[in-house]
Amino acid sequence: MDDVQEQAADGRPARSRPTGGADAPDAGTRVSADGPQATGAQATGALPTGPVTGGDGGAGDAWQTPPKMYRRRGGRALAGVAGGLADHLGVKVLWVRAAFAVLAGLGGLGLMSYGLLWAFVPQERRDTAREELTGRQRQQAYGLIALGVGLSVVGGVLSGVLTGWAGLPVAVVLVGVAVVWREADETQRRRWRKGAKSGVAGVVFGGGGVSATIRVLAGVVLVIAGIGMIMLRGSGLAQVQFAFVSVLATLIGVALLTVPFWLRLVRDLGDERRARIRTEERAEIAAHLHDSVLQTLALIQKRSDHPREVTRLARGQERQLRAWLYGPNGYGTPTRDSSGNRDGSGNRDGSGNRDGTAPADGAVGDTESAPATLAQAVAAACGEIEDTFAISVQQVVVGDVELDDGLTALVQAAREAIVNAAKHAGVDEVSVYAEVEPTSVTAFVRDRGSGFDPDAVPDDRHGLSDSIRGRMERGGGTCRVRTSPGEGTEIQLEMPRASGAGSTDTGSGGAGGDTGTAAAHDRHAAHASDRAAQGAAS
Amino acid sequence: MTTDDTGHTSTDGPAETGGDTELAGQQSPGPVTVFLVDDHALFRAGAKAELQSISDEIRVVGEAGSVGEAVAGITRMRPQVVLLDVHMPDGGGAEVLRRLRGELPDVVFLALSVSDAAEDVIAVIRAGARGYVTKTISSAELVKAIVRVSGGDAVFSPRLAGFVLDAFAERPGAEPISDPELDQLTPRERDVLRLLARGYAYKEIASELFISVKTVETHVSSVLRKTQLSNRYELSRWATDRRLV
Repeated sequence: MDDVQEQAADGRPARSRPTGGADAPDAGTRVSADGPQATGAQATGALPTGPVTGGDGGAGDAWQTPPKMYRRRGGRALAGVAGGLADHLGVKVLWVRAAFAVLAGLGGLGLMSYGLLWAFVPQERRDTAREELTGRQRQQAYGLIALGVGLSVVGGVLSGVLTGWAGLPVAVVLVGVAVVWREADETQRRRWRKGAKSGVAGVVFGGGGVSATIRVLAGVVLVIAGIGMIMLRGSGLAQVQFAFVSVLATLIGVALLTVPFWLRLVRDLGDERRARIRTEERAEIAAHLHDSVLQTLALIQKRSDHPREVTRLARGQERQLRAWLYGPNGYGTPTRDSSGNRDGSGNRDGSGNRDGTAPADGAVGDTESAPATLAQAVAAACGEIEDTFAISVQQVVVGDVELDDGLTALVQAAREAIVNAAKHAGVDEVSVYAEVEPTSVTAFVRDRGSGFDPDAVPDDRHGLSDSIRGRMERGGGTCRVRTSPGEGTEIQLEMPRASGAGSTDTGSGGAGGDTGTAAAHDRHAAHASDRAAQGAAS
Repeated sequence: MTTDDTGHTSTDGPAETGGDTELAGQQSPGPVTVFLVDDHALFRAGAKAELQSISDEIRVVGEAGSVGEAVAGITRMRPQVVLLDVHMPDGGGAEVLRRLRGELPDVVFLALSVSDAAEDVIAVIRAGARGYVTKTISSAELVKAIVRVSGGDAVFSPRLAGFVLDAFAERPGAEPISDPELDQLTPRERDVLRLLARGYAYKEIASELFISVKTVETHVSSVLRKTQLSNRYELSRWATDRRLV
């Protein structure tokens, strides 16, 4: 057990937290802040409480993104920046601290980067029981901080940026800022713990009591004193200039001191907005599910002894849910531009529920409108027939176009053909395919049912001749039937496009209608361009 | 070998030792080995029971409920065909394909989804699936589709055929074609796709166009290749705009 823990503490300090404390104080090389801790931690940290930084470090998780960087809240010397960075990079915190110290010697680079990380990296949120620093670790950390500050001052003096005593006031300002910022971290932490909302005073002092107030005030005094010293050294300016510069200096001082509070304000605002949006979304989804799915499920339970009815209800509900999820204004499709494929079922917005037992009339009512495009019209017709005859209509629409009189006739004819299939073919699935081509629109209604002998159709059956053929011919289109007993039936419909043909197809626009009609007889093998050529030849 | 450690129940006992790895990728005379990936346990259970009962051509050798489980399970079991759900947390079917396609070129993926949205279908096809069927497909049809993809064919449902036709449609004002070899369908391929979209079976298409079934299969495979490799704007847009629901 101890071996495992030691390995963990040495190898991956950030990812696994040792539980025992048997080998704590003498582990001089183990500077990791989550190293084995003195007696206090033993009781509480008896079990590893899960990953601290999000990744478990297991081999199976190797592909997971590295944990997001947070500043440590416990086991920190100053702001937890080095610890957080060590967690993030998976290295020992000592190295990070040393790196900051060395960088501080290079023109204050270390101080600068530390400050920036402090300001912009959020504090670790969870109240995980992180062990505090051992005395030795604390000594090392503070030693490195002092070393870093010293190095930056020396570096500044050597490079001539800081001359003479200028280093002192700058250092004083930095210390003041550090004190106030650290206090801000504490405030935030207390706020999380209490879950309390705080006012302006709360933001500054966070209910930390007298000592917190004193610390903040001391920091402010330090900053003011430092800035004042810099100002005084730069005296010899004229009065006006002096006043101007002092105002500027004050503003800089205030800005410096309040950085953490501004940042926190912005973050809290973002959090609150996200939470509100989430709540609203949840409410919308709940309302929709209640209006549609739950109602349908209730109906299905009531009618569980009518399989046909249950199928019908389930299909209707599926269609509505799809429209809601994937439809043009659907929940799951933020923006879908007009050139996108019109997935028939997805596009459906008129529900076509015909009788009162259909569920969720209310949910659909607001989108109920006359279909405006071919795809919508086909989808509406198919849905209606699915509901009425309890069959499944598989529809595919390629391309889309605004409805006009001819196309309305085409859709009605197709609808009639589907109804015929539903009534007479004895199948439970009908395929519908419609395609918008440059000069015409074609539609195919196919079933694999009983089929019939076209010559043997009695004269009193008007469905095919009137409703389908008549409609198509009045609109200038054609209708063809392929069927024979036992082979199923396919109704092929073609309607020339009234407008837009000239603009999409070069040259053949004028002859579009006739061309389409002539070519309809063997359109299976016809490609749009072939067809244009054929038309030109004939 | 037990599979409990990764949390999915894999096979019925006797089948387990049947040498799954030996079967990998080969056209063996035995049943087609199938691996189910779907984040709904209910659907997995139903599909498994139905597939096993309806036909002895299929043997379900494992299942997984998440992308991670799927990658681990498929790598170990080496099934011939993976039935892949499009919508799952952590990237869905496309993510599984992305991680496994290079590693296991012999495993064939057949996408299975309720979505029917063009972007999902196209995205998973472009990620490497050899076919797409919806979950409402009848079990008999599903078995046929599995057997067909395991033999190297593509499986285009009518809806997928419609999407592909739409994506390859010549539109006024569309982007110019950069690679005619990949960005355009031949008239014959278009005819085959149209008939597929109209609900024709391969045999019916063959007799309709006076070609052999083998030729139909060639055309469909060629369309699949173009769909996967073409850089046509419509296709890449669908692939990139994909949004998981």
